[in-house]
Amino acid sequence: MSNDTNLTENAADLANQAKVLSDMAAEIALQASQSLSHAGGDDFLVTGLTVFVLACFVGYYVVWRVTPALHSPLMAITNAISSVIIVGALIAAGPAGLTFSKFLGFLAVILASINIFGGFIVTRRMLAMFKKKS
Amino acid sequence: METLAPLAYLVASVCFIMALRGLSHPESARGGLMYGMCGMGLAVLTTLLLPNVVSYGWIVAGVIIGGTIGTIIAMKIQMTALPQLVAAFHSLVGLAAVFVAAAAFTNPEAYHIGVAGNIKVASLIEMSLGVAIGAITFTGSIIAWGKLQGVITGKPLTFKGQHLLNAALGGLLAFLIVMLCTTQSAFLFFLVIVLALALGVLLILPIGGADMPVIVSMLNSYSGWAAAGIGFTLHNNLLIVTGALVGASGAILSYIMCKGMNRSFMNVILGGFGGEQTASAAASMGDRTAKIGSAEDAAYILKNASSVIIVPGYGMAVAQAQHALREAADLLKKEGVKVRYAIHPVAGRMPGHMNVLLAEASVPYDDVLELEDINRDFAMTDVVYVIGANDITNPSAKNDPSSPIYGMPVLDVEKAKTVLFVKRSMGSGYAGIDNPLFFADNTMMLLGDAKKMTEDIVKALEH
Repeated sequence: MSNDTNLTENAADLANQAKVLSDMAAEIALQASQSLSHAGGDDFLVTGLTVFVLACFVGYYVVWRVTPALHSPLMAITNAISSVIIVGALIAAGPAGLTFSKFLGFLAVILASINIFGGFIVTRRMLAMFKKKS
Repeated sequence: METLAPLAYLVASVCFIMALRGLSHPESARGGLMYGMCGMGLAVLTTLLLPNVVSYGWIVAGVIIGGTIGTIIAMKIQMTALPQLVAAFHSLVGLAAVFVAAAAFTNPEAYHIGVAGNIKVASLIEMSLGVAIGAITFTGSIIAWGKLQGVITGKPLTFKGQHLLNAALGGLLAFLIVMLCTTQSAFLFFLVIVLALALGVLLILPIGGADMPVIVSMLNSYSGWAAAGIGFTLHNNLLIVTGALVGASGAILSYIMCKGMNRSFMNVILGGFGGEQTASAAASMGDRTAKIGSAEDAAYILKNASSVIIVPGYGMAVAQAQHALREAADLLKKEGVKVRYAIHPVAGRMPGHMNVLLAEASVPYDDVLELEDINRDFAMTDVVYVIGANDITNPSAKNDPSSPIYGMPVLDVEKAKTVLFVKRSMGSGYAGIDNPLFFADNTMMLLGDAKKMTEDIVKALEH
């Protein structure tokens, strides 16, 4: 009889151990998947840097071709397009419910919108004034 | 949408490149502007259609509020106040970058960069760089705006140990960012923002008003780098490309401005230029006499010239004299005089400032020439009309090695037969430097307000 109880206890122990093991395995799997997605993030760093460096070169060559007479409109339009940061603001303000980050996103949307509208309109006003000799 | 979005962002990036490309000529510039607006519209629409953007109420409210404010400001602003406006707009981009980074820090799930308190280290580094540059851009631009607007003194504000303090704060900022990446502490994130805000103020305060063209361009560049930093955090190529374009643009403009003053970028950044030599310059002026003329004299000389070059400077912008100037030029053209305008790269308070003001007064852009295109022609010109400019015409930049502006490229106005120099009083220029041109034999000083003097000349020409 005591043998039987021992056996059941042993079986319960074993089952517990198996559960702990499977938990650990699950955790490892989770970590692995996380580190995989982490590796994906690092991959983006390389892709992002590639894009960044190439864009710097494009910017360099394009901006040197801008005529000095239009350097003020250049500043105004770069100001407007750097407000493309509104993309980040929209993602922050997008989710349902009211959170602190949503409020921050809302403020950023206002600021970026001032710049987008203001920057493009001022550029337009300036460019409209540049006329050829009649 | 998940796969289409990156493609739409790519199209928007190309639109932004085309927008800058269009600015190579005034004719193509308007088309370029269309590209820019389409690119921005596409970027915003694409983002709104992303699956995690579901609640539109706040967004629509934000765009309406911001759009209305921006539109009103842009429609009302006077062209002479452009440099201030651009500085103010830069500050907004900086602050928006700070808000976006803070939003990403408090709610990283929305950006797929981890969970609060356990954000990926790479994202944290990008985020803290973006937030630091954004915060420096924000306060730095506010100081630049204050100096341009005249709210803060244009004189460089310096104190002992300033550079040491800034260097120490910069080092502390870097240290805090490293600590932030290891501890993920929200308090450290807050501290990084506060420190960067303070650094922005301290960096721009020591820089004088005349150096603002460089600073405004530099802050333009910073706002781009901040956007790029946020782009890395958000894994968004559009932000990275745009940030790089804007960053490169601002950097090139700063370089051109520095070259126009023959100063190194570091020399400008360290500040303290101008404002100190005023006393000695005034003293050395005492023993020489300048020829002083009236508006009638000037009108007579101008009418009898066959070629005239007008050299405008910041003083023209302050006095709003561009319209009167164009009237005078029109009257002279009717008399058969060849009239052109010579623009120095650092004339005014922002790159291209003079060109915009002249364009506002309906001066055709083919009459407006840059330094390297017109400098040779001064020797063959009868009359040069210098209005509101000073240091950019100073011959000591060429022949006096002891002058603070020695080596700076200047317009060779003294080579013309006659120089008419409009000036409020006999004081020295913005940089506080003595100008021997005032006392040259072929110079006639016209003392008075730039606008009033030009209007008087117009009246005299009409007779």
